[in-house]
Amino acid sequence: MRRMIKRRYFLIFVLPTLAAFAIGFIYPFFQGIYLSFCDFVITSNAEFVGLDNYVTALQDPSFLNAFWFTIMFVVVSVILINVLAFAIAYVLTLGIRGSNIFRTVFFMPNLIGGIVLGYIWQLIFDGILKNYGTSIVLNETFGFWGLVILMCWQQAGYMMIIYIAGFQAIPGDLYEAARIDGATKPQILTKITIPMMAPSITICTFLTLTNSFKLFDQNLALTGGQPIEVIGGQMVYKTQMLALNIYQTFYQNNNFRGVGQAKAVIFFVVVAVIALAQLYFTRKREVQQ
Amino acid sequence: MDAAKKNQSAEKIKKPVKTGRVILTTVLSIISIIYVSPIFIVLMNSFKRKTDISAEPFSLPNSESWVELENYVRGMVSGNYPFYKSVLISLFITVASVFVILLFTSMTAWYLMRVNSVICKIIYYFCIFSMIVPFQMVMFTLSKTANDLGLNTPWGIVIVYLGFGAGLAIFMFTGFVKSIPLEIEESASIDGAGSIRTFFSVVLPIMKPTFISVGILETMWVWNDYLLPYLVLDQNLYKTIPIHIQYLQGSYGQTDIGAIMALIVFSIIPIIIFYFACQKHIIKGIVAGAVKG
Repeated sequence: MRRMIKRRYFLIFVLPTLAAFAIGFIYPFFQGIYLSFCDFVITSNAEFVGLDNYVTALQDPSFLNAFWFTIMFVVVSVILINVLAFAIAYVLTLGIRGSNIFRTVFFMPNLIGGIVLGYIWQLIFDGILKNYGTSIVLNETFGFWGLVILMCWQQAGYMMIIYIAGFQAIPGDLYEAARIDGATKPQILTKITIPMMAPSITICTFLTLTNSFKLFDQNLALTGGQPIEVIGGQMVYKTQMLALNIYQTFYQNNNFRGVGQAKAVIFFVVVAVIALAQLYFTRKREVQQ
Repeated sequence: MDAAKKNQSAEKIKKPVKTGRVILTTVLSIISIIYVSPIFIVLMNSFKRKTDISAEPFSLPNSESWVELENYVRGMVSGNYPFYKSVLISLFITVASVFVILLFTSMTAWYLMRVNSVICKIIYYFCIFSMIVPFQMVMFTLSKTANDLGLNTPWGIVIVYLGFGAGLAIFMFTGFVKSIPLEIEESASIDGAGSIRTFFSVVLPIMKPTFISVGILETMWVWNDYLLPYLVLDQNLYKTIPIHIQYLQGSYGQTDIGAIMALIVFSIIPIIIFYFACQKHIIKGIVAGAVKG
């Protein structure tokens, strides 16, 4: 088997990708971990400070605010997106006339980039809110729900596609057998459809979970984190999510880059835990089947 | 084909409720209209006078507010960095990056799977690992490294995309290579084909479906990406479409909302063309990416 590829072809087959991977990922990743323990403005003058950056990060009210805002946002949007996408996918697999057109319409927003989406919705929300003398950047609650609506609008179509594929993979004889046994429609839904859809539900839950957790572009374009409140002498952006908070820590003020990097490492650890949980649940399910 | 059969049997169960279907179709139609309305509102406003957009964003253009294509013309060519340049740069970066990612990662994936040495395994697991790392983790160091190496041009950023996008692509390609029977490649090498020929004339054609899936996922990512090109590219010389729109919107006090509406419409058009041209592949690509990712 090894004779088919001579090892010297490593240079042609692997080296270009590996070199780019080293530049685009491996080196920045390890340097990032190192710099999270340093005080620095530019990387050449980094000075080792131990865990100071982490302590500062965890005491930063804007970071804690962003953390809770992100968690709330993730919980609400994961539930709404999945319920919506599941319901639409279910209805679209019933064989209603025009299903393809509906599918096209629901999927379309997904192809539009986050920045553009943010401005489209800003126009709409502000158009409505100006009648009440306010704006999306003035009110934290509106900012939150605005972001949730935007996220549902964008993501539901993508998840719907995965759910539709899941519905279509359920063998038809299961339904037939249930019908012969005299099962009612709610029974079919809860005893056959939902259990058979469990793999799709797991996938979509984790996809929406990570997408919502890492959200940046939409957050930046829709509210930019506004409104701002001063807590303990520090500016806290009330609708800022974690990714945007890290970005601002890096680029708004040069003196906190070490703290920014420490926040980024914390962020990475949380995302990694979610990803590992996904792997665990997927494996567990595979064993059961 | 199989799915259609299953659909039919699902259909049989639901048949008795005819009125239910009419209601469902109506409800879906209403939701669909609400769903496309944001795009329609932007389209409508792109033909209106600046002041009318902010005053009456939901009203149709009338004889007074209608400005024909003025917003489009102004948006496309005005300013010291005209929008059409950003469109060209976005197109270039997307096409070049996706091409480079597909070519190099498919070769790498094949080599890693077939040689399968310790080094190969290490590289493979690093690639998988990179998929779970959020961009913010490497944001600062990556843009710094790219800058130091002079990769802050549309050509250079292609290398950055190859590096940061390699994880998902290699993961999907290796998944597919595993399913290719070795005999096909063996017979090619018995016939005297070298490794490179075996790859390009035997393996590559078999991989076509995965190429399309990976290509679509990467295209959607690169085309819409904002932060990576914003941090890596030299902003005075190069802007992509998302960067340009963010830049226009961010210029407080003198935001030209009319031009922005026109440019948003302009940035959506290529996406819609792309979508209608390869809708089937996009849907397949997403399902493949979900099952594996």
